[in-house]
Amino acid sequence: MLDNLLGSFWSFTIDGLIVGAIYGLVALGYTMVYGVLRLINFAHSEVFMIGTMAAAFVVMTMGITQPLTGLALVGGLLLMLLVGGAASAGSAMLLERIAYRPLRKRGASRLAALISAIGASLFLQELFALVVIPWLFDRPQQGRNQMGVARIMDKDPLFTIGGAQVRVDQLIIFVAAIAMMILLDLLVNKTKIGRGIRATSQDPETAVLMGVDIDKIVRVTFLVGGLMAGLAGALFVLQFEVTKFSIGFLLGIKAFTAAVLGGIGNLRGALLGGLFLGLIENYGAAVFGSGWKDVIAFTVLILVLMFRPTGILGESLQQARA
Amino acid sequence: MSTNETIKNGRKPLKGLPDRIRDRWAGASGPQRWTVYVLLFIGALLLPSDSIGQFMSPYSDWASVLFFPIGTYVVLAIGLNVVVGQAGLLDLGYVAFFAIGGYVMALLGTKMGLNFWEILIVGVLLSALSGIVLGGPTLRLRGDYLAIVTLGFGEIVRQTAENTDAIGGPRGIAGIPHPPSIEGVELFGVEIFKYGVLDPRPYYYLLVVLATLIIVFVKRWEKSRVGRAWAAIREDEDAAEVMGVPTFKFKLLAFAIGAAIGGAMGVVWAGKTISINPNDFLFMLSATILAAVVLGGSGNIPGVVLGAFLVAWLPERFRGLSDYRILVFGAALVALMVFRPEGLLPSRRRRAELAEGTGGMGTLGAEVATPESQPAAEGAAK
Repeated sequence: MLDNLLGSFWSFTIDGLIVGAIYGLVALGYTMVYGVLRLINFAHSEVFMIGTMAAAFVVMTMGITQPLTGLALVGGLLLMLLVGGAASAGSAMLLERIAYRPLRKRGASRLAALISAIGASLFLQELFALVVIPWLFDRPQQGRNQMGVARIMDKDPLFTIGGAQVRVDQLIIFVAAIAMMILLDLLVNKTKIGRGIRATSQDPETAVLMGVDIDKIVRVTFLVGGLMAGLAGALFVLQFEVTKFSIGFLLGIKAFTAAVLGGIGNLRGALLGGLFLGLIENYGAAVFGSGWKDVIAFTVLILVLMFRPTGILGESLQQARA
Repeated sequence: MSTNETIKNGRKPLKGLPDRIRDRWAGASGPQRWTVYVLLFIGALLLPSDSIGQFMSPYSDWASVLFFPIGTYVVLAIGLNVVVGQAGLLDLGYVAFFAIGGYVMALLGTKMGLNFWEILIVGVLLSALSGIVLGGPTLRLRGDYLAIVTLGFGEIVRQTAENTDAIGGPRGIAGIPHPPSIEGVELFGVEIFKYGVLDPRPYYYLLVVLATLIIVFVKRWEKSRVGRAWAAIREDEDAAEVMGVPTFKFKLLAFAIGAAIGGAMGVVWAGKTISINPNDFLFMLSATILAAVVLGGSGNIPGVVLGAFLVAWLPERFRGLSDYRILVFGAALVALMVFRPEGLLPSRRRRAELAEGTGGMGTLGAEVATPESQPAAEGAAK
């Protein structure tokens, strides 16, 4: 069992980092929303799903028959990212407007907000399975099937590490994810709106007194979180070339797990948690078989929380509040 | 608190009715209450009649629907209510205990040949134990961490079942025995102790008895020292700890009791179903039961029963819209939470807590009383 892991250690590492980078991007949305609203945004997984759908739609509309090269490829990739990000950011903001803001204004309990989020999640999944996929992709009666997405680029190996090949697309995904992270980190730590986000997550009442427009901060939080999920969706389509109405469910849970692992509310923690989770579950799958992947991921979560209840890097955007 | 309630009641004139019924109930004497209890019990026994069924469930056999999903959801919701509604612990993986009960019944029934009643005891004990095993290390975590850990636990249980060939892997276990029958006991033409394949009514009666017992137990707990400790933990865990409530012990107890109820339901359900597989225990079921609890009014047993009934029954009733059921269900959850976040029938105490904004789980962050937000939001953001 262990031979399998040791034999192709680097290949498992690379796969783990790629999946982990996607987890990390999605985890950012959870962690930011949680930091500001203290809400587990259960429907964030559907925001990710919408990102994959938008990217798949772009690929379909471009009518790709053979992999693109050169400038066309760069343009195609950018378009995928842009449309995916925009679709997800838009739906995340809409979600906030319809499912969360009325509850927030009423001072409803977090439990009510969570139920609202679960409801929104179910609604969006079914909406895509029943209406959007059959219509957008012209697949009547097949809304629940997995959809293949055309290959947009040649996936040539670029270089090897320890005998394992690193492909171009993998490098793009990893670099893009890290770049997004850095940009987001700058946004939160260096800009005025970022200061507003941090202030709101620390103490909303004082933030209001200091002139922070909380509604705007919440909108921006959902926008940015949605954007990251959409980009993750586009990268996911690039890597795995499939999507499905329920694709977000497990990935969303994993991403939230990643956010918790890294220390919820902590942006750098989200990426670190994502990478850690991606690696652990790939190594675990190598040792115990791929069926045990999720079991390993969740077991690690429980173990980490037992010994480090605030995650690996600790909570940051918000201070620990009971 | 009282001003908030007056304001709320003044705003919605119709809200007075449940309150008046509640006042009457609070003032009712022992015999009056017992009359109502007995009437309710008889009413539950009379439910699976064809004349009611024609309206309630035109698409499928009403007595079967009464057993699953309606009765099953009701029992599960009562069990989850102990954890979520009474102790204020957010459990997103409640289906795990239902699964453990189901698998205990399936395994012991097919492999060891034990009978249903023996297994029921074993199943209850084992699922309570699993609740303690899960709760022990995780109940020291704060609310939301607990939510994700329980969600993870639910998935761990399901996927372990799926990956373990010894318990059937993804195909599950078939040929689960029924409870032992006693032939010849007839009531209104139904052999009430004959647990066969054809007639679902004996199983339904069994379920009614189980549910009644559980409600009695849960009600007694609620009114005891245990229930007061849970309420204290739910409202403010730190304060409870300072006042000398051993919070961890009581949280663990709530978890174990909730798990035991889920496990008992799992055993009974598997005893009717003949075959089970891991896909019977999806996260969706946990979410649905949680929705039932919150929808009905968490913490209040009549509310929770009503919520579970609606969540189970409406999709069956509107099977004609089969494709759109879950879509409508999702939208309805959002709408209900937006317009009535305290649930349909919240307990008074719970409503007061919610009016204060915490509901035992805290409010959303970024929450500041603004002119357009209601006075209820006061004291929410601490």
